[in-house]
Amino acid sequence: MTDVQLGMPELPAPDYPADVRARLEADAREVIARYPDSRSALLPLLHLVQSEEGHVTRTGMRFCAEVLGLTTAEVTAVATFYTMYRRKPSGDYQVGVCTNTLCAVMGGDAIFEELKQHLGVGNKETTEDGKVTLEHIECNAACDFAPVVMVNWEFFDNQTPESAKRLVDDLRAGRPVTPTRGAPLCTFRETARILAGFPDTRPGAVEAGGGAGPASLIGLKLAKGEALPPRVVHPRGETAEEPPRDRAPHDRPIAGSGHLSSHDAPQQTSASDPKHPAGPVSEEGE
Amino acid sequence: MTLAPAIGETSPEKLLSPVLSAFWDDPRPWSLDTYRRHEGYEGLRKALAMTPDEVIAYVKESGLRGRGGAGFPTGMKWQFIPQGDGKPHYLVVNADESEPGTCKDIPLLFANPHALIEGIVIACYAIRSSHAFVYLRGEVVPVLRRLHEAVREAYEAGYLGRDVLGSGLDLELTVHAGAGAYICGEETALLDSLEGRRGQPRLRPPFPAVAGLYACPTVVNNVESIASVPAILHRGKDWFRSMGSEKSPGFTLYSLSGHVAAPGQYEAPLGITLRQLLDMSGGMRPGHRLKFWTPGGSSTPMFTDEHLDVPLDYEGVGAAGSMLGTKALQCFDETTCVVRAVTRWTEFYAHESCGKCTPCREGTYWLVQLLRDIEAGKGRPSDLDKLADIADNINGKSFCALGDGAASPIFSSLKYFREEYEEHITGRGCPFDPARSTAWADNHVEVTA
Repeated sequence: MTDVQLGMPELPAPDYPADVRARLEADAREVIARYPDSRSALLPLLHLVQSEEGHVTRTGMRFCAEVLGLTTAEVTAVATFYTMYRRKPSGDYQVGVCTNTLCAVMGGDAIFEELKQHLGVGNKETTEDGKVTLEHIECNAACDFAPVVMVNWEFFDNQTPESAKRLVDDLRAGRPVTPTRGAPLCTFRETARILAGFPDTRPGAVEAGGGAGPASLIGLKLAKGEALPPRVVHPRGETAEEPPRDRAPHDRPIAGSGHLSSHDAPQQTSASDPKHPAGPVSEEGE
Repeated sequence: MTLAPAIGETSPEKLLSPVLSAFWDDPRPWSLDTYRRHEGYEGLRKALAMTPDEVIAYVKESGLRGRGGAGFPTGMKWQFIPQGDGKPHYLVVNADESEPGTCKDIPLLFANPHALIEGIVIACYAIRSSHAFVYLRGEVVPVLRRLHEAVREAYEAGYLGRDVLGSGLDLELTVHAGAGAYICGEETALLDSLEGRRGQPRLRPPFPAVAGLYACPTVVNNVESIASVPAILHRGKDWFRSMGSEKSPGFTLYSLSGHVAAPGQYEAPLGITLRQLLDMSGGMRPGHRLKFWTPGGSSTPMFTDEHLDVPLDYEGVGAAGSMLGTKALQCFDETTCVVRAVTRWTEFYAHESCGKCTPCREGTYWLVQLLRDIEAGKGRPSDLDKLADIADNINGKSFCALGDGAASPIFSSLKYFREEYEEHITGRGCPFDPARSTAWADNHVEVTA
């Protein structure tokens, strides 16, 4: 719940330490220079401050406002509109299970339910070790690889409950994890920096994962007269067999009604995180 | 003359026409080297030998239509940009691919980003723009990586930057990552977002061609539309028109997904049918039959197995009561509950409604309440008419098409599957077992398939 403030004005957020501020300002200048109008840099700058602290803090929003000549209210209005900006401390790995219709039907609902059980967290909650934040996500433009799980916005295609559980176990244990398409995983903060427009400088990052995923090539292979490849196998050593799930009908997740999601539940507004109440007594960074 | 594939034709070699996807199986298809080996940037050379107006006319005559959903003629969009107005002109590429079921631009950009960049240079030359933007949805970092790299390569090779290939064209290209909002795929919301604001649609007119980005004349095109331009310039408009139909010429990417044997990307002339695509690719998953499908994403009214022979072009799908949309062919078999599917899509629209227009914001909310009740067996018979009435109060009554998209699955599912809704109400619950719909439900039989 948001604290009742009765019109008490909120003190400005504290600034970044001087060295951090200087470094971010240099980055911000580079971002702003890409646009004819500086305000266009706001979305990338919010990614940038997210790469600094792992979520968008009031300090981060103050920084964006100052370098762009906006009010913090204007920045907050934007930061709270977009779902990729996290508004509270969250895990190193953002694990998103697609539960839009196609992925949900193909198994995304079952994967999401199993991961909630397995990790003991709900939607948008983080494991106690601070490693994994679980959420359900909307269609991520990979329907031919359904069901899809995203980790830090890298593709983990053709998942099953078993492969997804192994994936989060590996993430929590610090074992290396390879997306089915794309580069080796980086942490959430490193990902946010790429999103701010700073290319991934790791050697081989662009090459990794090959040219195109198997499903992307199916039409091309047919057009070339090649036989269809066998069914796409599950990644990460998944076997074809999944134990039959023998559950009484009332135990199984009821689609839709059992989908306790954020879909149209009241959303927290920016400063409503209980650990960071919007009041003069508590400031981030203290 | 146009050549539509014969209805009885089943050979994939004859039915498919890989152009954008032609070399995705090369070892490094995203690189400039590979792209050049496949005649990349040749279309640009031809364009630069023409005047900008000639390029616009050429693209117009090719008949290329927008691949992002609405199907508006691309050349005409370019022609709407007022020339000699003294204002900067902008090209903004809509790479915010988020329509449920749509998955063509993301693999295209992952495997072949230079097709887009070459198309951007040609388009900017034509509309006299010196600054272009690619608005890529943020949730696809592997694609962003390759786009960054492709832009770097293009600058280094002189396809971007000052005096492109000695033509006198100066062109900056900015890759801009979004931050998670379906609404930003709507072109005016995208422009607001690109200006650093909440992504909310604008009232039109004025259209972006007159007052778009920073209130300057702006062309907003889909990735696939722009990426198709280089091949048209290089291989000719007659070649392009030899595919598809008179009003829907050319090739396009069809994305097959769901309960099919071989989900994936199929590049074919416009006008191919779902039956042809399924016949060549092993059909539905073994032992199951098609129940309902979308021709172009969740916002396009759904079809059933009655529509297997509808030509998948703008006119054909339109005549059958839906829209070609993004050619996102999401196929669901008989294990799938249509009420569950529509409920989930409606939850999506409610979540993604930007809140600007009351009919959409409130209407989608109430649709979700009703649908959840129906699905949980708590619905009343009168709820079905109420659903239709609310959908009717959303459709066409908001600034942008998100609300119309939300109404589509409601109207079409009630049209084809009203009995299934009634079953949920009279039977006090959902008669389907979601476990049977999963990708792994039939693994024990697939071993022998």
